[in-house]
Amino acid sequence: MESSAKHRKRRWTACLIILAALLAVFFAANICIGSVNISLTELRDILFEGSGDRTTRSIILELRLPRALAAFILGGALALSGYLLQTFFHNPLAGPFVLGISSGAKLTVAVSMVILMSRSLVMNSAEMIIAAFIGSLVSMFFVMLASRRIKRMSMLVICGVMIGYICNAATEFIVTFADDSDIVNLHNWSQGSFSGTTMENAAVMAAVTAAASIAAFLLSKPISAYLLGESYAESMGVNIKLFRAALVLISSLLSACVTAFAGPVSFVGIAVPQIIRFMFRTSKPLVMIPACFLGGSIFCLFCDLLARTMFAPAEMSISTVTAVFGAPIVIAVMLRRPSEK
Amino acid sequence: MSERAYFETSGLAAGYGGSPLIKDINIKLERGRILTLIGPNGAGKSTVLKTITGQLPPVSGAVYIGGRRTSEMSRKELARTIAVLLTERVKTDMMTCRDVVETGRYPYTDSLGILSDEDRAAVERTMEASGITELADRDFMTLSDGQKQRVMLARAEAQESDILVLDEPTSYLDIRYQLELLDTLRRLSEERGTTVIMSLHELFLAERISDLIICIKDQKIDNIGTPAQIFSGTYIDSLYDLAPGTYSSLRKAPGNY
Repeated sequence: MESSAKHRKRRWTACLIILAALLAVFFAANICIGSVNISLTELRDILFEGSGDRTTRSIILELRLPRALAAFILGGALALSGYLLQTFFHNPLAGPFVLGISSGAKLTVAVSMVILMSRSLVMNSAEMIIAAFIGSLVSMFFVMLASRRIKRMSMLVICGVMIGYICNAATEFIVTFADDSDIVNLHNWSQGSFSGTTMENAAVMAAVTAAASIAAFLLSKPISAYLLGESYAESMGVNIKLFRAALVLISSLLSACVTAFAGPVSFVGIAVPQIIRFMFRTSKPLVMIPACFLGGSIFCLFCDLLARTMFAPAEMSISTVTAVFGAPIVIAVMLRRPSEK
Repeated sequence: MSERAYFETSGLAAGYGGSPLIKDINIKLERGRILTLIGPNGAGKSTVLKTITGQLPPVSGAVYIGGRRTSEMSRKELARTIAVLLTERVKTDMMTCRDVVETGRYPYTDSLGILSDEDRAAVERTMEASGITELADRDFMTLSDGQKQRVMLARAEAQESDILVLDEPTSYLDIRYQLELLDTLRRLSEERGTTVIMSLHELFLAERISDLIICIKDQKIDNIGTPAQIFSGTYIDSLYDLAPGTYSSLRKAPGNY
């Protein structure tokens, strides 16, 4: 028995090392590969010695590094948000995108943008996050209402998708009434992209995501009890109301942060926790939370690299790429559970 | 007023949303005894159990354990006092049986839920005593219903509480596992002095194991007594609205219980 526990720990360590290595590789690749290819030695010179060609320097420091940071931070935030939602709803198909939470955030951000733009004001990062957070919570509220009456997990997802469609329709409606110059701005953002991230943006998203992720990690203990269901968790001493409220707030904040900066990004929230659970063969939150974060980062770095380079100089939206890789995983999850009642 | 029994409910009313479903629940139970709730479906057995465990707040009255009101205990204290086995089916994803049993240590672990050596030892000890050591590394979802129930009971045992509350623990179980479960409960009550409070559908099991039986019918307590008292005469027939003599003739018929 002792050996099996050791065996598991060895597996987790090995998987974490693999994830960390992949993260390093993709992070470097995202900075080095592009219309101008940059060698690793050049990268090292620019980052650590402050030397190197001026154009290359500005490409790295002003474009690629903040963008790679965005993919790293927001990718992790999305996957973690998905993991928390899956825990909350006891539903492996839950995620911020399919449940319409991202779309709710998108709607409130679009509304706020249009209102402020009409007064020639530009929103700052914090205002964007607050707007997105409110939208996330409103969508979450409707999904929770639905989940009280719907016990089948596939039906809950369909409800979420419908809420998403309603929010998207409302967003389109608002965009139509915005000024021409605003539309370009809104349109790019509403498709989902990590481009246009500045270092200031990256700092704000890092702060918000770090705070929310640490809070999630500190909830590891009640999450592990909650895995057996609400009643058991309560019998073990979990304050269910407080715990559920914390889960809702943290997962909404994480997905709001993503939507505020990158627009809605599909399927990362569902697919990554599934892959990670399969890789680590555990549901222990102490392992799952950091692993999901790393997994989400890697997934988004990889997808953003493809979005940026595949049809260069044209760019694809990030959701196009994440959907190609994420949607089949969701289908696989559904097929793995044929006996759902 | 006389001194309180180890487990006692006084003037307890159980129900949802402040409206009582069952009133005047007065139970006195000594430590290490086994109390069984029987009665027709929908009579309110689960509601009473949920109120005892604190999952539902009492509509009025109170539950006392060791002389203290449970509503005044902290969540952690209550969890260390009462462990439960619920009737709902547990669905897990990528959890081994050991993982499930380990959750029973929740009221004892640190703020991140990391198990100490003592906790691990308690888990292994409990699995050993429950005869599920060989299942420890199996995925919980691959077990049979009977095995799952053994693991869930071991989980409750690992919580090392003085009171064990079980809601219909024998549903989905075949006769072998039903008897095995009762043996475990008897072992706990005799060796560890665990007080057992449960609801049962199987009357012959209730008769065999209980020290005290409470009959709930039409949302009130219809009768309280020892198995000998409850199962004498035609009381059971009236409890379940059967023609007089039906249950006793079933028991006497060859080939039946």
